[in-house]
Order: sequence, then C-alpha cells, then structure tokens
Amino acid sequence: MSVATFERGYNAFKEQIDAPIASFFSSCVRCGICAEACLFFTETGDPKYTPIYKLEPLRKVWEQEYTLLGKFKALFGLTSKLTDAELAEWKELVYNGCTLCGRCSMVCPVGNDLVYMIRRAREGMVAAGHAPEGLINASKRAITTGSPMGIKLPALQAQINHVEKDTGLKIPVDEVGAEYLVLLSSMEIINFPEYLEAIAKIMQQVGKTWTIASAAFEATNSGIQIGAADIAKELVNRVVTAAEKLQVKTVISPECGHAYTAIRWEGPNLIGRPFTFEVKHILEVLDEFREQGQLKTLGFESARLTFHDPCQLVRRGGVVEQPRHLLKMVASNFVEMSDHGKMNWCCGGGGGHSAIEEAHEIRTQVFQRKKNQLEELQVEKLVTACANCRIVMEEGLESYEMQLPIVGLTEMLAKHLATSNENN
Amino acid sequence: MNYIEFLLWVRGPAFQIAIAVLVFGISFRLLEILLLGRSPEYAAPRGSAVWGGFRTLLTRTLSEESIFRRAPLVIIAGYVFHLGLFIVILLLVPHILVFKDLLGFSWSGLPTPLIDAIAVITLLALFILLINRIKHPVLRFLSTSADYFAWVITFLPLLTGYMAYHHMVNPYPFILGLHILSVEILMIFFPFTKLMHAFTLVIARWYNGANAGHKGVQA
Repeated sequence: MSVATFERGYNAFKEQIDAPIASFFSSCVRCGICAEACLFFTETGDPKYTPIYKLEPLRKVWEQEYTLLGKFKALFGLTSKLTDAELAEWKELVYNGCTLCGRCSMVCPVGNDLVYMIRRAREGMVAAGHAPEGLINASKRAITTGSPMGIKLPALQAQINHVEKDTGLKIPVDEVGAEYLVLLSSMEIINFPEYLEAIAKIMQQVGKTWTIASAAFEATNSGIQIGAADIAKELVNRVVTAAEKLQVKTVISPECGHAYTAIRWEGPNLIGRPFTFEVKHILEVLDEFREQGQLKTLGFESARLTFHDPCQLVRRGGVVEQPRHLLKMVASNFVEMSDHGKMNWCCGGGGGHSAIEEAHEIRTQVFQRKKNQLEELQVEKLVTACANCRIVMEEGLESYEMQLPIVGLTEMLAKHLATSNENN
Repeated sequence: MNYIEFLLWVRGPAFQIAIAVLVFGISFRLLEILLLGRSPEYAAPRGSAVWGGFRTLLTRTLSEESIFRRAPLVIIAGYVFHLGLFIVILLLVPHILVFKDLLGFSWSGLPTPLIDAIAVITLLALFILLINRIKHPVLRFLSTSADYFAWVITFLPLLTGYMAYHHMVNPYPFILGLHILSVEILMIFFPFTKLMHAFTLVIARWYNGANAGHKGVQA
C-alpha cells in the first residue's frame, strides 16, 4: 500500500464509481428496507447501521463528480464537500459495521447491489488511510510472509509431516501435472489440520492427482477484505503463477468463504484476463465426485444437525445445493435453519471483521442472530464449510455459554469414507 | 391574468415546457448513468448474467417473506400508493384524453367514481408513509429535505385532482389549473429527484440480477 492521503482516497472513490453504482444511488428512495436485512441493525437497533447510510461518502463523491445537479449544488454551496473527518467517522460503519454478507443486496426493492458498493467504497477508505489496524496488518503480513496470519512454509511443512504420519498417505507438494491444486486458509493450517487430512483421504479414495504449491498455498485474500485491489491482485497472481507452472486443471478453494469470492469471482478481473484453469470450491469438487459415483461413504451421523451457509458461498458465490447433497450422504437428521441458503444470516465475522480486534464487542452482540437461529432448532451439531465462520461461531457460542460442536463438512465426509478395501 | 388565462397558460406553454424538461431530463440522467460504463467481466460464468438481470427485474417487485414480516407497513402502503398512482394516472378518462392528444392513441378508462375511491386510498397511503417516515427511527434518520420535497410534489397532484373533481375550490378553472400546474411541477422535478427511480430501477435491478446471475445466484 502506498502512503495514504485524503486526496488518494477521494480519487479512489472516484475511480470506483461506474454505471451500476450511479444507477443504484439514483434509485434509492430511502425506504429503509436494507436495514431490516442487516444483522448490525437488527441486533443493535441503531439506524446508523442502515446499509445505504454506510455508503454516504461514496454517494457524495458520485453526486458531486458525476451528476450535473450535484455540480450545480456544489457551485452554489448547497452541499458540503467530503472531508477526511467524515471518512474517519465512517470507518466504523464501513468495517466494524459490515461483514460484506450481501443480505441487503437481496432485498432492496429498487434492486441496489449494496454490498457491491461497500466492497468498492473500502478501496477509497484504504487509500485515504481509514482502514482498521487489524486488517492493515493482516494485509501487510499477507504480502511479506504469504499469509495474513504470518504462517510460513515451514509451519505448513510441519503440518504435512504430521498428517502424513497419521494417515500413512503422501501429501504431494509442487507436483507438476496434477489435476487439482489445493489451497488452504491460514485458519486451517493453524486450527483445523483435519481439513488437509480429509483432503488426502478423499483424493486417495476417488483416485485423483492433486498437489499443494509451496509458493502459493494460502487462499485467504486480505486485499479483498480490506479493499486494496493492488494487494488483492498480487495475492491472486501468486496462485495463478503457481497453478500455471504446475499445469493443474482445477484450483480448489478451501473451506473459506471470502477466499472463494477472491479467487473465483474477483481473481480474473483483478489480473485482467480469464484464468487458464478452473476454480472450484471444495464443496463443488466433492459434489462432482458424488455425482460421478466416486465418493463413497458408510454410515450416518445420527446427531440432529444443521448447516451454516457461509455468505460468500451462497449469496455471493452460488454454491447452495452442493452442501445439501453432500450432507444427505452422511447425516440422517439434517435440519435447515429458519433463513437458510441464499438468505442465511452471517456468522458476524466475514469481510475481514474477525481480524478487527476493536470490533469484538459488536461481533458478539450481532452473534445473537445466529444464536437465536440455532436455539430455534435445538441441534446437537453445527456443520459449516468456512474456517473463519467456524472460529467466529466457536467464539460466539463460548461468549453465550452454549455447548455446540462445530465441524467442517469436508472433514465430516472424510470420517464416513468407505475404506478403499471395501470400495474395491 | 384571470382564471381562464391561467388555465390556458398551464395547459399551453407551461405544459410544453414541463414535457420538454421531463423528456430531456430523463434522457440526460439515463445517459449520465449509462455512459459511466463498467469494467469487463473475466470470471468464467456459472449462470447467465442476462437471464439473471431480467429475472431480478421482475422478481424484485415482490418482497422477500422474512423482510415483509419485519416491515409490513412500508411494503403494503408502498404497493398501495404505487398501484393507486398508476391507476389514477393511466385510467382516469380525462387523463386518457390528454395521453391521446400527446401520443395519438388511447385506451379505455375505469368509471370515475371508482378512480375517485382509489385516489382517496392512495392519498391515505401516502399520508401513512409520511407519518411513518417521520416516526420510524431508521426512516427519520435517513430522510433529507429532498425526501419530503419528493413526497409533497407527488401528493399535491393527487390532492388538487381530488379537489377539482369534487369542485371543492371555486371557480373550477382555477382549481383545475392548479391541478395541472402541480403535475407540471412534478414533471419538472421528476428527473432531478429520487422520483427518477421509476426509470433507474430497471438499470439497478438489471445490474444486481446480472451480477448474481453470472455467479449462478438468484437475486
């Protein structure tokens, strides 16, 4: 990131404004419906968390720079210019008060894609120097060490050795010509080694070649979360370079929501060309294995369980049915939450929120929504497909003194794999 | 200027000016938006952006059930006044005659007493929405003078039309002239206020639906 100044921020806001954004601001009738979709409003009751209000700085720039009326208004002193103080004030709303969950975009009666705008407004906030410390540091670590949590190759290597010892399976690294390139999130490397183990077992069963790239094993893209396209591009480039060098057919995004959005949807636009390989979320890949009859499982989880849809997989990613197909293979008592699929409620930690320390209190407060959803169902287990959602929900449950184990779907499937002997 | 001259002026030169501002204003605003363009999309699609755009254009007319339960008043009163406005504007026989003059073709209207009742319901719905805007914490917080101004210029044509039909102000040419003038004020400000959403929501919904459709999401 270059040195942040208000002027750079203002120009970044200007650069972000396109026809969709102009149509969105032109269409807003201030009906307040977007507030009803936002967990920061529903759980706090504070009108300042109304999604369209979080975009006030961007709206000002649009009005004054891209509308004739706004220029007239400015000429006659009828509107105030955007100030640095205003941006400082909005930092809390744009970051601590939004997880980029995109629920507001689904309900706006005039069709405004609000989260598309917030994602872009963050570019202006970063350039003006009004991004949260936690996210700035995560982005810096991502650039210098390769991972937002500072995980370096030796740490991964240690985990690989560990998994190899436990499973007796080889974890391929830098294997040229493998079909799949498997990415991991830092969160998985530190907290959930079960994921890597599950991948190894599943790939063994379905007989596919795969590899990890030592130069690009990290899937998390802090640049997307904070709103710094230059950083986001650099991180995507690392994956693209590795995937092309190893000549893989498909890159698998791990159990992480934003990583998927970053590489699958924003990635090609960041580097300015289509990818030469496919990008799939692990759940998409597993569901393909299931469809082709390659994924074989034994037995069922008998516990009453539900699935938490990561926002970036459903609303922002289009992976909705796959987890349900997969759950049916191994769970006999699967129930849906009151709002599920594309209208699910965020865990409260998306969009980099979980990296903002000073937002811990509000994160716990808005977790009430998830807590209520879970209490309604009286489940014994919670399944998800995002390591970040998982950590955030574990913390949330702990804050409210609720006992509920959370597992990753890939890991749960791996536990029910029919062994290769029975398979043959 | 006497009442008759006033009526002739609002029906003549003023109406022409209002139409010109409305048509040029809307075209200008639409160009102002569309000419900004957008960057190309390189991510491999999972679904059709075009189909998603059309889909959302239609489906966003209905409210998501869970959202309806949280904001029933705004949504119901919103539907009522929008539908009421469409019916009163397009299906009152004297209005159809104006459209026939302008467009060269016409359609059949509804019985005037029915339109009269619909106008009353529409006025009520608008009034309820105004009270709600003042009382509801989110709406009060979000609203600016532009929102109240847009409410006034939408409300006045309905109110003056109702008063003219019932001869509540004398002489009749004066109240009819006021009614036409209030419509002209609405037409002149239409492109430069949030009323413009009547046109831009087509673009907004399309972009939103296309963004989602490209990813295989039904928005």
